[in-house]
Amino acid sequence: MYDLLRNLDRRWIFLLMLLAVAIPILLQSQFPEKPTGLAKAVFDEIEKLEEGDRVLLAFDFDPASAGELGPMATTFSYHCAKKKLKMYYMALWPVGPQMIDDSINNVIAKDFPEMVYGEDFVNLGFKSGGEGVIKVILTDIRQLYTTDGYGTQIDDIPMMEGVENIRQMDLIANVSAGTAGTKEWVQYAITPYPDDLRIVAGCTGVQAPLLYPYIPNQLPGLLGAIKGAAEYEELVMSKYGDADLPGIYSEARRRMGPQLIAHMLMIALIVVGNIIYFMERKKGVS
Amino acid sequence: MKRTVPFLIASVAGFVLIIAYFIPYAEGWGESVSIWFDVLAAIAFILGGGNLLKVHIRKISRQEAGWAYSGITVAAFAITLFIGLTKFGVHPNAQFPETSSWTGQYREMGSAFWWIYQYAFVPLTATIFSLLAFYVASAAFRAFRARNTEAILLLGTAVIILLGRTFAGVFLTGWLPDEVAGLRIENLTVDIMRVFNTAGNRAIMIGIALGTASVSLKILLGVDRSYLGSGDD
Repeated sequence: MYDLLRNLDRRWIFLLMLLAVAIPILLQSQFPEKPTGLAKAVFDEIEKLEEGDRVLLAFDFDPASAGELGPMATTFSYHCAKKKLKMYYMALWPVGPQMIDDSINNVIAKDFPEMVYGEDFVNLGFKSGGEGVIKVILTDIRQLYTTDGYGTQIDDIPMMEGVENIRQMDLIANVSAGTAGTKEWVQYAITPYPDDLRIVAGCTGVQAPLLYPYIPNQLPGLLGAIKGAAEYEELVMSKYGDADLPGIYSEARRRMGPQLIAHMLMIALIVVGNIIYFMERKKGVS
Repeated sequence: MKRTVPFLIASVAGFVLIIAYFIPYAEGWGESVSIWFDVLAAIAFILGGGNLLKVHIRKISRQEAGWAYSGITVAAFAITLFIGLTKFGVHPNAQFPETSSWTGQYREMGSAFWWIYQYAFVPLTATIFSLLAFYVASAAFRAFRARNTEAILLLGTAVIILLGRTFAGVFLTGWLPDEVAGLRIENLTVDIMRVFNTAGNRAIMIGIALGTASVSLKILLGVDRSYLGSGDD
C-alpha cells in the first residue's frame, strides 16, 4: 500500500478530482447555506435602496472566471430588478459586454419583460483604460461614453438624462476577476469620494484576501468566490425567490456540492501525502 | 530628443494628476490627462496585436521549436480580426435597416463573431481555468508537507479554510454552543481572513505604496529613465 501511494501516478489524482466534481453535478447535490456577515452586508446595501435609485453594475470579468462569478452577476441583476432599481451596466474588461449580455438575456429579458431598455436598464459597454476610465467618469461620463454599448447616442437614452457622472449613482455593484476591478474601484472612486459613493463587490477566491484590508470602511460588503455567491443567492432567493424560478437562480448553491467534495478530496490528499512523508522520514528515505 | 520628449510628456502628465488631486481648480486638467491615458490604452491594443504578429511570424519564418503553435495563433488572430472588423453575419442596425452590417452589433447573437466567442473562446478559457483544480490537487498530494513549524501552521490554516468554505465546516462544528461560537470552523475561517490575512496584506500594501510613491517621484523628476528604453533601438 505504501509503495502504491508513494509511486501513485498523478493521473489517478486527476481522475479522483474529475469524479469529485462530476458526481455531485450529476446527482445535483445541494447543501444548506448559512450566510456570513459579508454576504449579509452586500444584501443589506442593496436592500437599503429605494425604487428608482441608480445602481452601477460594473462587470469586470470574462468567461474564464464566469464559473465563479457568473452566478453572483445573475443574482445582482435579479436583486436589482426585483427592487426596481435603475441599472447602469458597464465593463472595464474587453469581454465584459458579453457578460452583461448574459445577464440581460437570461435575467431581465426572460423574467422581467416589463423592463424597458433605456428607461430601466442600460448597457454602456466596454471602454479601455481601466482605472483611467474610472477617473474620467467620476467627473464627466460623457467625455468617454458618447454612445451606449449598442451605438445609441447617450443623450437619446431617457435614463441618462441628468446623469453627469457616476458620483450620482446610489451604489456600485462590482463583479471582479482581477485588474481593473474592485481594487481600482475602491482606490480611484470610493477613496476620493467617501461621502458620495458606496460599493459592494463579488470577486474570485484568489482576489478576496487582497480586498479584505478595505473592509468595512471602503468596501462594506464582499462576496468571495462561489461560496460568497451561494450565500448571497440564498439571502436573495429566501426573500424574493419563487418555487418555479429557473435553475440559473440556484446555480451558485448547486456549485457548492462539487466544491465540498473537491475540498474533502484535497484534505484527504494532503493527509495521505503527509503520512507518506512521515513514513519516509522514519525509514530514512531522502 | 527620442528620450527627452517622452520624459517631458510623462513628467507633465504625472505632475498634473498630482496637482489635480489636491487643487479643485485643476480637476479639469487631470480629467484631460486621464482621457489621453484612455486613448493611449485603446491604441495599445493595436500595438499589442502588432507585437503578437511580429513575435509569432518571426518564429514561423525561422521554424523555431513549436512554430506550428505560432501558426495557429496567427491564424486564429487573423480570422477573429477579419470577422470582427467585417462584422460578418451581422444584421444592420434596426434604426438604419438600409445600411450595411457595419451599423450592427459585432456580438449580435448568431453572427460569426458571436459563434467564435460562444463555441471557441468560452470553452477554451473555461477549460484552461478549470485545469487549475487538477494541478492544485496533484501539488497538494506531492508538495504540501509538514516539514517545519511554518509549514504546519500553513497546513492547519489551509485545512480550516478548505472546510470553512463548504458545508463541511457547519456540519462538523455547527453543534458547538454559542459561548464558544468562535471555535466553529466557519467563524474561524472568517477570523483568519479578517485578522491574520488583513494584517499581513495591509503591511504589504503599505510597503508597496511607499515603494510606488518613491519610484513615481524618481520617474517624474527624471532620476529613473529606464522605462524609456536604452535609446539604442
